[in-house]
Amino acid sequence: MIEVSGLSKRFGSVVALDDISFSASDGRITGLLGPNGAGKSTCLRILYTVLKPDAGSATINDVDVVAHPLRARRELGVLPHGAGLYPQLTTRENIAYFGRLHGIKEPALSARVAELIARLELEEIADRRAKGFSQGQRTKVALARALVHAPNTLLLDEPTNGLDVMSTLSLRNWLGELRDRGQCIVLSSHIMQEVAALCDDIVIVAHGRIVAHGTAEALRARFGNKSLEEIFVETVAGS
Amino acid sequence: MRTPILVVCRKEVVENARDRRTLLSTLFFGPLFAPALFAVLINVMLSQALSGMDETVELPIIGAGHAPNLVEFLTRHGLEAADGGPTTIEDARAAVARGQYDVALAVDPGYALAFRNSDDARVTLIVDRSETRATATSQRVRFVLDAYANQIGMLRLQARGLNPTVLRAVTIDELDVSSAAARSVLLLGMLTYFLLLATLAGGFYLAIDATAGERERGSLEPLLTVPVGRSSLLLGKMAATICYMLLSLALTLIGFRVALAFVPLEGLGMRANFDAAVAVKTFLLLAPFTPLGAALMTLVASFTRSYKEAQTYLTLVLLIPTLPLLLASLLNVEPDMSLMWIPSLSQHLLVTALLKAEPLSWSYAAVSATASIVLGAALAMLAIRFYDREALLG
Repeated sequence: MIEVSGLSKRFGSVVALDDISFSASDGRITGLLGPNGAGKSTCLRILYTVLKPDAGSATINDVDVVAHPLRARRELGVLPHGAGLYPQLTTRENIAYFGRLHGIKEPALSARVAELIARLELEEIADRRAKGFSQGQRTKVALARALVHAPNTLLLDEPTNGLDVMSTLSLRNWLGELRDRGQCIVLSSHIMQEVAALCDDIVIVAHGRIVAHGTAEALRARFGNKSLEEIFVETVAGS
Repeated sequence: MRTPILVVCRKEVVENARDRRTLLSTLFFGPLFAPALFAVLINVMLSQALSGMDETVELPIIGAGHAPNLVEFLTRHGLEAADGGPTTIEDARAAVARGQYDVALAVDPGYALAFRNSDDARVTLIVDRSETRATATSQRVRFVLDAYANQIGMLRLQARGLNPTVLRAVTIDELDVSSAAARSVLLLGMLTYFLLLATLAGGFYLAIDATAGERERGSLEPLLTVPVGRSSLLLGKMAATICYMLLSLALTLIGFRVALAFVPLEGLGMRANFDAAVAVKTFLLLAPFTPLGAALMTLVASFTRSYKEAQTYLTLVLLIPTLPLLLASLLNVEPDMSLMWIPSLSQHLLVTALLKAEPLSWSYAAVSATASIVLGAALAMLAIRFYDREALLG
């Protein structure tokens, strides 16, 4: 469960976020949709505590991200933009490293890593060094790494960027599966179809402000029978 | 708090052990390259200093027939009359100016007569003073000619019943009080420079990796989302950097221990005071410098925006150990308590004293270690503050 209220952030004279409020519930996938530079990444970065807001607050499962960043991080699994791995470490080592940093001890750690490798179908590259992995392989390993401590909340920044069709499909299945287990998932994207296919709730962001917010159906009801594409163009142009 | 530091440190050690660049700079540059370069350098210096004295030199002599005794004397001292050389003074001048010969000798046509009459027998030495390479040869020829003139002069005095010492009012004896070990310090003084350089080089790539490298690979942001404070992450990375620096230092000392066995320091009346005990003491004296070096390199790297930029700036940091050496040789400083507060200079002075087989002052060593560690801790805190900035992610 994520509660965001009145978040604002500026970098110098650039306003990245301007009074953003929304909530994301457990058992649902919430999509932050907006053009590049709209403030989606800044919002996620504040949620996963690498940036501090200038105003407003945000809580993850009632833990304030500004007051208790370390506790908030325990609640979170994060797939940041780019998903860099350590090229000299194997898939297994990359995942286990984060497990150790989350305080997971052996033998539970090895068991958990093996479980994630099996569930994400990473057996083939489990003991290969990450150097030279494809974008799809890297994203999968980064996702396994984000899930190593079994977080209830998952933040993903442009997760399908650079993925081919097959990888995108399996990622979607994966996220659907996690949602059905009751996890709270927030992802950002600038691709309309992706959000439409994947998300239960949609937050449309432009120029640091929320221009529309609701379920896919509610947005359709509000904007008549227009496609999400048209809604997007209309709201972004109107703001 | 302690466990995450160990987790990060262990991961960095393992990861960098698989990285060719790190291995090259830790295992090759310091331990192999520096001692080898050092040994070659000293060998060249020694062979330059020793050679020339017994080597045969071709000396064109014009009018050799006028002075057969002199020519024989020259030949006995390794100065062979050149066959097919110039036959006139003009030719000889041209040949020396061309650089064909370092030096040429012309015997005056009136030499034989003057010599027989104990008059002023003249020879002319043709040299090119602008040619530094030829200076040693011309000095040697002049030295041999002087010896010949002296010898003949003394014989003539004795033949006239005079003691040859009447011509020598003052006799100079030189008494060198430096020990063999102290003399070799001139050369071994370079050792501290190579050791500090190898120590820094060992941690070079890890320090870059801590900030610029992680950021460029995109692994920094995920790392910052784990429930571990940034100070622990950075301390773990610095600990790994220190491990590699100590490893590089130890291996370099072993390299020097081996390399110095192949350097004929005895040829210059010197003794390389570098046994295992001295190597261990050197390690202990230089070890407190590693936290300082690691913190400094990490701090500099955290200012930079990219891997390449970090490399450029850190190369400048590698020049830091040259400063004390430069200062010490320019000002000819002696170990002093106040100098022990200056890291790298204090290590240089202590290690040099150790190599001179002078008694080691433990209070000096303690102050040197304290100063380095305190400054290292201050720089580490500064680096942590930098690591805490939001702009770190770029």
